[in-house]
Amino acid sequence: MVNSKELAISVTDLTKVYGERAALSHATFSVPRGTVCGFVGPNGSGKTTTIRMLLGLITPTGGTGTVLGESITEPEKYLPYVGAMIEGPAFYPALSGRENLRVLASLGGFDQSIVDPLLHRVGLGDRGGSKFKTYSLGMKQRLGIAAALLPSPQLLVLDEPTNGLDPNGIHEVRSLIKSLAADGTSVFVSSHLLSELEMIAEHLVMLREGKVIFNGRTADLLAAQQPILVAKPEYAVDLNKLVDIVKKHDHEVSVIDGAAHIVSPPDWGATLNRLAFESGITLASLTSVLPTLEETFFEMTGDSQ
Amino acid sequence: MINVVWAEMRKLRRPTLLLSTMAIVTLLTSLFTFLTFWRVGDPKGNGRRGEIVTAQFLSTAHGISYGFSLVSFLLGIVALCIFASQTAQEYTYGTLRNLLVRQPARMKILAGKYISMVLFALLMVLLSLISSIAVAYILAGHAHVNTTAWTTSAGISALATALGNVLLSVASFGTVGMILGLLFRSPISAIATGVIWFLILENILAGVVSSTAKWLPGQNITNLTTARDFTFSYQHSLIMDAIYLVVSGSIVALLFKRRDVAN
Repeated sequence: MVNSKELAISVTDLTKVYGERAALSHATFSVPRGTVCGFVGPNGSGKTTTIRMLLGLITPTGGTGTVLGESITEPEKYLPYVGAMIEGPAFYPALSGRENLRVLASLGGFDQSIVDPLLHRVGLGDRGGSKFKTYSLGMKQRLGIAAALLPSPQLLVLDEPTNGLDPNGIHEVRSLIKSLAADGTSVFVSSHLLSELEMIAEHLVMLREGKVIFNGRTADLLAAQQPILVAKPEYAVDLNKLVDIVKKHDHEVSVIDGAAHIVSPPDWGATLNRLAFESGITLASLTSVLPTLEETFFEMTGDSQ
Repeated sequence: MINVVWAEMRKLRRPTLLLSTMAIVTLLTSLFTFLTFWRVGDPKGNGRRGEIVTAQFLSTAHGISYGFSLVSFLLGIVALCIFASQTAQEYTYGTLRNLLVRQPARMKILAGKYISMVLFALLMVLLSLISSIAVAYILAGHAHVNTTAWTTSAGISALATALGNVLLSVASFGTVGMILGLLFRSPISAIATGVIWFLILENILAGVVSSTAKWLPGQNITNLTTARDFTFSYQHSLIMDAIYLVVSGSIVALLFKRRDVAN
């Protein structure tokens, strides 16, 4: 059994009930220290409720949990080492970005001199003096990330950090998370951009309707998925014929962008190639691919694309 | 907790809030003191509720603080609005979660916030006192008021008492504002409820059923600075004020400590 001190986050049977609705039901998962952990699930699956409980903002109805080895019932013991951005950036509109960070630095007892370097780090160096209300969504998001970095955190909790960012901004956040993780910071990040998470998250916690449906290494999740054969005939008129051949051999098939996507083991590719050839179909391409995290997510959560 | 006070002071010192509030306070106090001295002895009245304030009264030890005491209710309403908005905006902006992540001890947040706002109120009251004294001295000649008694020990004592009572009254109104802010979690609802209650409902209630005045919070807070207008004593008001604020303050503090922060 892994010691809770070696885990950035560990929760057991964590539950939050509002009236008769369980926002989170008996969630059990753990996040190793020093990893980037993706936290995914459809809207309303309990992600933000979980994050709020981890940060001491909401009292759990049941269950236990630890953050950086300390119980979530005593957030004052671990929050000085935790940076967080929850449900988008929230700041005082009439204060400048710099002054907003100074408020939080004063509150946390941090040196005020860290504020300007942080603004530069998130690309707001030249707009630190502008009022928060004049910021674009992307700039607000960057300020939220800067606020989360104020304590030089051992654990960084980010809720949808790339919301409102342009591709360049998304790339910067991804690089930032990677560099923090390389320095030993544990990052717990929820995002709807699963392709982004696939690139940075070594670990995944997946929620559906308040329940944990996967907790483990991202690579293990993807490896456990049935690969897909993508077969594209040279002539489009042969596509239906190809689909019929696949169905005759009891494999699931769907047509996407003029190609047959077949759920089958990779070694069935040779058989398919031979069957197609015998039926007078020339295949322009035949490749075996693993489902992406996004495809896996939709399959596991039952959400439609 | 000192960190919370510093953090709150950063918010309170923003020019749009600090300068505009201080300008309003100075303007109101100067206007009230000006009218008292300019229309001294006017049969139409130059004091509270049509009261005729004479040059003879203004020449006593209490004369120097009269204009200042006169404006205390409005200073209280200003404090109510500021305390309510500064508290409730943490919910509407969603910034409370940031505060609680950086300082999870909720009572420290509450206490630090309260202390910083009381310091803001103190600044407001001191500025009001200074403007009132300045206008009083400037117009004393015009009103044929003898200022000798103002600088005697009795005059200074009366001024200190007035300052203490006005500060107590303003802080009490502010506390009510903070309680309403925590309760309603919306600046507009908190301010509207407080202002409508103190400016309209209480006055109607006290006017229609005069016996209720003794038990109404606003009447008792106001009585701290204007005891001679009321039929009940300063001590009664002090006790009532303390009971109202301690009981309601404790209830909302408990709510604040236990309530989930879900916005």
